[in-house]
Amino acid sequence: MTGPSPAVVSASKLGLTFQTNDGPVQALSNVDLTIGKGEFVSFIGPSGCGKTTLLRVIADLEKPTSGTISVNGMTPEQAREKRAYGYVFQAAALFPWRTIERNVGLPLEIMGLSRAEQAERIKRTLDLVNLSGFENKYPWQLSGGMQQRASIARALAFDADLLLMDEPFGALDEIVRDHLNEQLLQLWGRTNKTICFVTHSIPEAVYLSTRIVVMSPRPGRVSDIIESTLPKERPLDIRETPEFLAIAARVRDGLRAGHSYDD
Amino acid sequence: MDTFRDKLIPVTSILAGVIVLWYVFAVILNTPFQRDLDRRANETSTFSELIGKTLSQPKPTLPAPHQVAVNFFENTFLRPINSNRSLVYNAWVTLSSTLLGFAFGTALGIVIAVGIVHVATLDRSLMPWIIASQTIPILAVAPMIIVVLAAIGITGLIPKAMISTYLSFFPVTVGMVKGLRSPEIMHLDLMHTYNASRTQTFWKLRVPASVPFLFTSMKVAVAASLVGAIVGELPTGAVAGIGAKLLAGAYYSQSIDIWSALVAGSIVAALLVMVVGIAGRLVDRAMGGRPA
Repeated sequence: MTGPSPAVVSASKLGLTFQTNDGPVQALSNVDLTIGKGEFVSFIGPSGCGKTTLLRVIADLEKPTSGTISVNGMTPEQAREKRAYGYVFQAAALFPWRTIERNVGLPLEIMGLSRAEQAERIKRTLDLVNLSGFENKYPWQLSGGMQQRASIARALAFDADLLLMDEPFGALDEIVRDHLNEQLLQLWGRTNKTICFVTHSIPEAVYLSTRIVVMSPRPGRVSDIIESTLPKERPLDIRETPEFLAIAARVRDGLRAGHSYDD
Repeated sequence: MDTFRDKLIPVTSILAGVIVLWYVFAVILNTPFQRDLDRRANETSTFSELIGKTLSQPKPTLPAPHQVAVNFFENTFLRPINSNRSLVYNAWVTLSSTLLGFAFGTALGIVIAVGIVHVATLDRSLMPWIIASQTIPILAVAPMIIVVLAAIGITGLIPKAMISTYLSFFPVTVGMVKGLRSPEIMHLDLMHTYNASRTQTFWKLRVPASVPFLFTSMKVAVAASLVGAIVGELPTGAVAGIGAKLLAGAYYSQSIDIWSALVAGSIVAALLVMVVGIAGRLVDRAMGGRPA
């Protein structure tokens, strides 16, 4: 890593075991990870590798059963209470009875900001995701990609420095996904936020990230961490460069290694 | 226009079928008594005379549709509205206690549902009693409510409304428990990430999510309220109301009166359900619902 940037997320020996009817399931085991400020970290791996669970632990939506984790130097619960992060789900999860504007304003209402402050922030974040002009539309009047952009705006609206994204573009078609990836990178460049991004697409992970965390299942664990050598400015066609393909190959190898003793 | 035609044709053909069947049964059911009358008067009727007579008896076993229609028309449009023979007057008496009971019942149903959703103890302790309450025949409970309330000096509209309440809170409770629990896990997680309080989650997520469930259950509840109000009029010896008309008709074997009171009751029921349906659609539209 470059410079002594303070750790935004720091996990050591983190483990989480779910008690299910079929006995305990180890969703996370011995995860050691430090994420610095301003990083864009992708978590990639097959389903069941615990990538979403890890994100949910950071967000205090799940409690770890062993090890320690801190977010901004606090416990995840304290960080959540301080609204330290914005969370983007797999689906847009907009409230269908609220207009886009009022959906984006939801966290602001909950935080009790003044009307004027709310309006100002809604306008600014909708600008950021290129949704100006759609303030008074209801979610069903927007395409899937626009809905997901609105949900990103909602996560950005209260200016948390950490953005947690759980396969946000998984349900969208490839063209829309490319477009949103490009926009997300621009947004990251402009805002200098720390982003944790769960995906199961290798090109998406390589294109977006400064670091790629490769995970493998049963038990869910980190099998490799790959530093990206790509520059911060990344046009879409960077994906055809040898450098990009080399990183993608490393990720693929890492995924395969995690699978090797499976079959 | 197409939806109008799509609805009109099936409804009218069913209606026509019902009317034809009704006439057939009116003839069949009224024939024995008519034969009896003829024998006593030493008359012999041809088949067509017999049919004509069975459809014009003053106190038939089953009145013919046109007899009911004429009676209904006379008692609805030709009587002064304040006359106690007017169906409008009687329907209004029943309607007022229906609406009062429905308002009580909906409020009570919502309050109970909120309690059940938020307090685990209530969930386990209250629900079986609520279900048990609905298995008791209302005809058995109604007189007791009237008598008990009369003993403490409450008479008139309130006791009847209480019976409506008793019937109408149940669908609202069941619907609202389901509605308040309808938000997706993802939406609840979202509120959790915002560190939203229970109150905020309730008002900003659970309540709006439950609105469609509320209106669906209110449709059932308003019809149940009307039944409650009519049943409530039976043991009170009420002087007015659709229930009172039914009872008086039964005492004096005025079968045509009974049937036209029934028709009045079903028209009131249909109107009530329709009004709740329209209100539901308006609220849905105001909440950004996709036009169907």
